[in-house]
Amino acid sequence: MKLNELSIKQAKEGLRTKKFSSEELTRACLDEIKKRDKNLNAFITICENEALADAKKADKLLVEKRTGTLLGIPIALKDLYLTKGVKTTAASRVLSDYIPQYDATVVSKLKNAGAVIIGKTNCDAWAHGSSGENSDFGPTKNPLNEEYVPGGSSSGSAVSVAANMCLASTGTDTGGSIRLPASFCNVVGLKPTYGRVSRYGIIAMASSLDSIGHFTKTVEDSATFLEITAGKDLNDATTPEVKVDNYFEDINKGVKGLKIGIPKEYFIQGLDKKIKEKIEKIIKFYEKEGAEIVEISLPHTEYAIACYYIIQPSEVSSNLARYDGIRFGNDRSFFGDEAKRRIMLGTFTLSAGYYDAYYKKAMKVRTLIKEDFDKAFMKVDAILTPVSPTLPWKIGEKVNDPLKMYLSDIFTVTANLAGIPGLSIPIGFENGLPVGAQILGPSFSEKMLFRIGNCFEGSNQNGL
Amino acid sequence: MKINVKQIAKLADLKLTEKEIESLQDQLLSILNYIENLQKLDTDSVEETSQITGLENVMRNDIPQPSFSQEEALSNTKSQEDGLFKVKAVFEQ
Repeated sequence: MKLNELSIKQAKEGLRTKKFSSEELTRACLDEIKKRDKNLNAFITICENEALADAKKADKLLVEKRTGTLLGIPIALKDLYLTKGVKTTAASRVLSDYIPQYDATVVSKLKNAGAVIIGKTNCDAWAHGSSGENSDFGPTKNPLNEEYVPGGSSSGSAVSVAANMCLASTGTDTGGSIRLPASFCNVVGLKPTYGRVSRYGIIAMASSLDSIGHFTKTVEDSATFLEITAGKDLNDATTPEVKVDNYFEDINKGVKGLKIGIPKEYFIQGLDKKIKEKIEKIIKFYEKEGAEIVEISLPHTEYAIACYYIIQPSEVSSNLARYDGIRFGNDRSFFGDEAKRRIMLGTFTLSAGYYDAYYKKAMKVRTLIKEDFDKAFMKVDAILTPVSPTLPWKIGEKVNDPLKMYLSDIFTVTANLAGIPGLSIPIGFENGLPVGAQILGPSFSEKMLFRIGNCFEGSNQNGL
Repeated sequence: MKINVKQIAKLADLKLTEKEIESLQDQLLSILNYIENLQKLDTDSVEETSQITGLENVMRNDIPQPSFSQEEALSNTKSQEDGLFKVKAVFEQ
């Protein structure tokens, strides 16, 4: 196995036992980037010199037997995460030359844990998109088949892990932007509970929905990563004083005795038959492992996309109002088509005379969607659904139909509206393209999501 | 329904081309038509959810923290004078 193909857990073991150095590991990742990124376009900025310097520093600390959860491990950051002294663009030409003066809280935490930052990844500009095609710096391609989209908006982050250009990467998930690309690229993606991870220093999309998560090769690695990033931050008032769990405590406990709900509204017309069959197989797997499968109903699911496409653009129009080109970045003429579309939609739904009919109505429907989940979690411990109604599509297929593109998030936006966590795990291939399953739980139940995900991963190395 | 795209663009401080105005007119209408289906739901007695955490009045101690130097604060601007941001006049003389 090549070094860049290792999981975090495997690489940590190799570093600890001196089988290889962080410099060798980092070089293996950089070599892979050089080999494939011309085609894949997963990175906007590659931090070769900084990464090698950090790797050498990590090697010294490793010799001194110093520890750090990610000491010497190469990771990539979505280009929405502010990095002191390293260009941060949000994949938009508005910020083509913006060099932040500070690190996002999560970036500081990852650096303190010893992580080696290898680069900043491409994404849909401002995280607006489901395919990765809305980047102002060119689309990212799916490493499993370069004619297909990798999913968005955290496209480059998913690709960088799937193509073994790093061992883990960060993303943001406002309506599915981690879970969808994770499923399209065959990696593990976590959208934590809203507020579990600080948003400070991460370029905002829709502030009441934005969740800060990550991509890894395994469920265990996802737990390792969250132990670093989770927790209260004085600079983000939406991070509550909720204790960060020991995510490894139950991770090998299996699913015996757990109740897993299957919401009938997620098995609608429009769900690819092949995906449905795969999900039915994983349901069978969990049943065999001793989980109790319960059919449930989330009756307001059909309203979720409409609700989301009012709340999200409204908050987008407000957040993007600050980009005036005075203190940093370029002026508003540099916004791309999708950003303009969302600013216009949000400005309209918030404008006098329309606020009650749209924004206020959507906030009420959001309550109904949240109550659906509250009621469901009185009956079940977790909920299992598909991540996407379709397999990855070909590049260019949906770019001229915004509404069709928006509907790809139909199974993921509900978790953002309700604020609950969701874990996307790879479950196998169909026509050579990957399929993912989504595990949802009540707020702050990440520990249980890892337990359920790990149970499947441990017994199904080759997928279903 | 019709949307006054030019007026919305003015509110959003976006300069749009005639072609953009035309295509946005169609695209926004098709999205709004889709969104209309929310009107089917009776929400008269439902409370609004503006944020999900339930947290209120989050406070922290008022302890001064290090902040940017003037130089750092200005490091990304293309328009400065005498250590200040230079902007166009808002009021006429």
